[in-house]
Amino acid sequence: MMNEKKAADPAATKPPVKDWLNKKFLFTAVHEYAMFIALILIAIFFQWRTDGVLLQPINISKLIMQNSYILILAIGMLPCILTGDIDLSVGSVLAVIGAIAGTLIVNMGMGVGVTAVICLAVGLLIGAWQGFWVAFVRVPSFIVTLGGMLLFRGMTMVILDGNTLSPFPTSYQFVAQRFLSDVPMFAAIPYSTILVGVLVAVFCAYIELRDYQQKIEYNVPAGTRTALIVRIAVIAFVSVFSTYWLTQFKGLPIILILLAFLIAFYSFICRRTVFGRHVYALGGNERATQLSGIKTKWVRFIVFVNMGLMAAVAGLVFSARLNCAAPSAGTGFELDAIAACYIGGASATGGVGTIVGAVVGGLVMGVLNNGMSILGIGIDWQQGIKGLVLLAAVAFDIYNQRNKR
Amino acid sequence: MPKILLEMKEIVKEFAGGVRALDRVNIQVEEGSIHALVGENGAGKSTLMNVLSGIYPYGSYEGSIAYDGGECRFATIRDSEARGIVIIHQELALIPYLSIMENIFLGNEQAVHGFINWGKCRREAIKLMKRVGLNELPDLPVNKLGVGKQQLVEIAKALSKNVKLLILDEPTASLNDDDSQKLLDLICELREKWGMTAIIISHKLNEITQIADRITVIRDGKTIETLEKGKDDFTEDRIIRGMVGRAITDRYPARGECPVGDVVFEVKNWNVESPYIVGKMAVKDVNFYVRRGEVVGIAGLMGAGRTELAMSLFGKAYGRNITGQIFKNGEEIKVNSVSDAIQHGIAYVTEDRKGSGLVLIESIRENTTLPTLPRLADRGIINMHREVRVAEEYMDKLHIKAPGIYQKTGNLSGGNQQKVMLARWIYADPDVLILDEPTRGIDVGAKYEIYCIINQLAKAGKSVIVISSELPEVLGVSDRIYVMNEGRFVGELSREDASQESVMRCIMQSNAQKTV
Repeated sequence: MMNEKKAADPAATKPPVKDWLNKKFLFTAVHEYAMFIALILIAIFFQWRTDGVLLQPINISKLIMQNSYILILAIGMLPCILTGDIDLSVGSVLAVIGAIAGTLIVNMGMGVGVTAVICLAVGLLIGAWQGFWVAFVRVPSFIVTLGGMLLFRGMTMVILDGNTLSPFPTSYQFVAQRFLSDVPMFAAIPYSTILVGVLVAVFCAYIELRDYQQKIEYNVPAGTRTALIVRIAVIAFVSVFSTYWLTQFKGLPIILILLAFLIAFYSFICRRTVFGRHVYALGGNERATQLSGIKTKWVRFIVFVNMGLMAAVAGLVFSARLNCAAPSAGTGFELDAIAACYIGGASATGGVGTIVGAVVGGLVMGVLNNGMSILGIGIDWQQGIKGLVLLAAVAFDIYNQRNKR
Repeated sequence: MPKILLEMKEIVKEFAGGVRALDRVNIQVEEGSIHALVGENGAGKSTLMNVLSGIYPYGSYEGSIAYDGGECRFATIRDSEARGIVIIHQELALIPYLSIMENIFLGNEQAVHGFINWGKCRREAIKLMKRVGLNELPDLPVNKLGVGKQQLVEIAKALSKNVKLLILDEPTASLNDDDSQKLLDLICELREKWGMTAIIISHKLNEITQIADRITVIRDGKTIETLEKGKDDFTEDRIIRGMVGRAITDRYPARGECPVGDVVFEVKNWNVESPYIVGKMAVKDVNFYVRRGEVVGIAGLMGAGRTELAMSLFGKAYGRNITGQIFKNGEEIKVNSVSDAIQHGIAYVTEDRKGSGLVLIESIRENTTLPTLPRLADRGIINMHREVRVAEEYMDKLHIKAPGIYQKTGNLSGGNQQKVMLARWIYADPDVLILDEPTRGIDVGAKYEIYCIINQLAKAGKSVIVISSELPEVLGVSDRIYVMNEGRFVGELSREDASQESVMRCIMQSNAQKTV
C-alpha cells in the first residue's frame, strides 16, 4: 500500500486535473493513503469526544514528546522489516544506553557531549554485533535479537545494580524536554517557531520546483503547472499553520526538529539512494538481488548497525525525557515499534513499507493512547484496543493487496 | 490378451493464457506391465501424470480416464491413492528428520483412535522394507540415508498404500548407476512377484529399453506413437526419432551477415563440487571458448550440469571448491563474486526468473536497473528521472507489453517477464551474456522475439551463450554447440554437423562409455 507511493513517482502517475474525481483515481488514492486517512479520522473522532482537548497545542506538544522515542525506533525498525528481518532487542538496547549514560553522567560526572558520543558509538557496536550474527552467520534475526533482548536487559541490570539513576543535568534533558525558544540564540528572535515553518515551506517548494524542472529536462511526464502550485501551496500552508499552532503553547519542541530530520533523511535514503533500493530488493527477492551483484550480506549488516544507532538515539531521548535511567526502561518498546511499521503498511515478508508509513503507524497508536487517556480509559483497555487496531490494519492491507490483483 | 488396467482417452489440458499442454493424448497401460513415457522437457509427460493422479482435479481437463474397470473422476491425490494409483515425484517428498517408518506411514498412520500403535507400525514397516530390499533400522531418520535408499523409502510408502499402479517421475535422475540398476531391478521384481503395474517417466533411454514393455512417445502435448517390445523396433535411435521428429522450419529468425571475431571468453579446466553432496562434482573438467559475435549453445538433458556451470562462472554463485581459469580477451581474470563478474562484463540471465531473477513485488523500472543502479546515481543518490528514461527506452526496445514501467513484474506474462530480465542485463552492457533457458515457459510468439534479440546481440558484437533443454532451440540459434552430460562436455558440434540425432548420440555414447 505505502510502497505504491514509493514505486510510483506521484506526478508521473497523477492523471490530468480533469480526471481527479474519476472513480478509479479516488479508489487508488484511498488504497494508498488508507492509514493516513485513518489517522485523520481517529484524530477527528478523539477531537470530538475530548471536546477539543486532543488537538490543543499543549496536548500536541505532549503527544510528540511522548511518542518520539517509539517513532525513532520505528524509523530504525522499518529497514529491518524491509529486509525481512525483525529486531526484538531495541527495548533492551534503549535501556542499556540509558544505563550507560546515567553511569557516565550521574555517577562519574562526565560531560553531556562526550557521553552522547560514547552512547551512540555503543549503539553502533551493538548493532554491528547483532548484524554480524544475522548477516554473516545467518542466524535468524528473530533468534539473534531475542538473545539480544535478554542479554542487554541483563547488562542494564548489572550496570545499574538494580538502582534507578537520577537526576540528569538540565543540558542532558534539553533535547527531550525543551522548546526552540529555550535555545538562547533563538530566544531573542520573535516568532522563531513560525520562522522555521516558513523555512521548511521554502525548502519544500524549492525541492518541488527543481524536481519539476528536471522532469521537463529529462522529458518525463511532469504533471500540470496547476498541480505543482497546488502542491506547493498545501505544503506551505500545512508547515506554516502547524508551526503557528505550536506557538500557542511554547513553540517548537526540539525533539520535533530531530524527528523531522530523521524522517526526511531516512525517507530520502529509502527512496532515492542506491543503498535504499538494495534494501527493498533484498526484501523482495534475496536470491535475485545476489545474482544482480549486490552484496546482500553487507546490506543486511548495515541495516542492523543502523538499528543499533537508532536504538541508542531513542535511549538518550527516553532517559532525558524521564530524567532517570531505570532497569526496566523500554520494556515492550520493540513491540510498539514493530507494530508501528506493520500498521503503516510494511509487509511481514519484507520488501514493502515506507518510513512515512511507519511514522503514521506510530502516530495512530500514539493518538489512540493519548485520546483514550484523556477520556479516562485505563491502560488495560488501551492495550487491547491497540492489539485490535494492529490486527485490523494488517488484515485490511492484505485484503487490499488481494483485491488489486 | 492381457487386461487393460488404465486407459486415458483424448486428454486435453489447457492452462491459463491458452497454453495447451496436452492435446488429445491417448495412452493404454496393460495390467502387470512396465510402461515408459518419454518425450522432451515440456512435452507434457508430467502434466499427464498430474491429470492421472488428481493433482489437476476432474473438470480441469477434458477426456476420460478408465481405470480397473471403472471411470475415474479424482478430485484430489487422496482419491487416486485410494484406488491404488501412487505417484513418486522427482523431488522426493520425505520429511528429513522423521524416521523411515514414520515416513512410510505418513498420512496413513497405524493408529487406533488417534494413538499410534508403534508396535504395529514397526512390524509393518519392517515387512515393507524387506519387500523393497531396504536393510536399515526403521527408526533411522531419513536424512541419514542416501538418495538411492530414500527412493526405496518412497516405494515402501507407496506399497503401504496398496499400490496397483506406481508412477515414477524420473526415478533415476539423481542416482548413480549402481543405485539406478538396483531400483530398476526392484521395479521388475515387484512386477513379477506382486503383479504391480508401473509407469516410468525417464530421459535415460538405455534404462527404458532395458525394462519397459511398452513405450509411449509424447511430443508437444500429443501422443506420437506407442512402441511394443518384441513387435516394434525397440532401439534408442528409434525412440529419439519419435521424440525429436519435428522439423525446424522458420521458427528461428535468420541471423544475416554477422562476422565472428576473436575469442573473447575462455574457460579452462573448470571443476565445481556440488554444495549439497560432498564429493559429487557438478561440473567436471570443462573447457570451452566463445568468440566475439558468436552464439554458442550448450545442449544437454536436465541435470547435466549446465546451470551449475553457468552460475559457477558467474562469480561462483553456485558450488564450492571451484577450480579452473577464466580468460577474457586472452587475459586471465579473477571472478570471485557476482559483482566481479558484472565488472568483467559477464551477465547471466537465470532459468528461474521468478525465484532468482525478478523482484516480483517491484516494478519494471526497479527490476531493469537493479544491477546497474550505481551507473544512474551520483554519490549514491539515484537520478530517478534518468532511471525512468532508461526503463522506458528498454521497454520500447524489447517490446515489453505492459501498461507502463510502474507495472509490477509479478503481474506480467512469462514472456514479458523474460524480456524484463533481458532488458536488465542488456542495459548492463556485458561482453558475454549467458542465457539459461531463455524461452522456458513462454509462448511461441515471445520465443521468436527472444531469438531475434539474441541475433541482435550477436550482431552488436556480444558473445552469447545459450543454454537450453529444447534441442531444436539450441540448433536453431547457435553457431556452435557444446553437448554436456553429467557434468562433462561430451561433444562439440559445428552448426553444419549439429542435428538432434547427433547431439543425442553424443549423450548416449558418453553414457555407454561410463557403463562399460
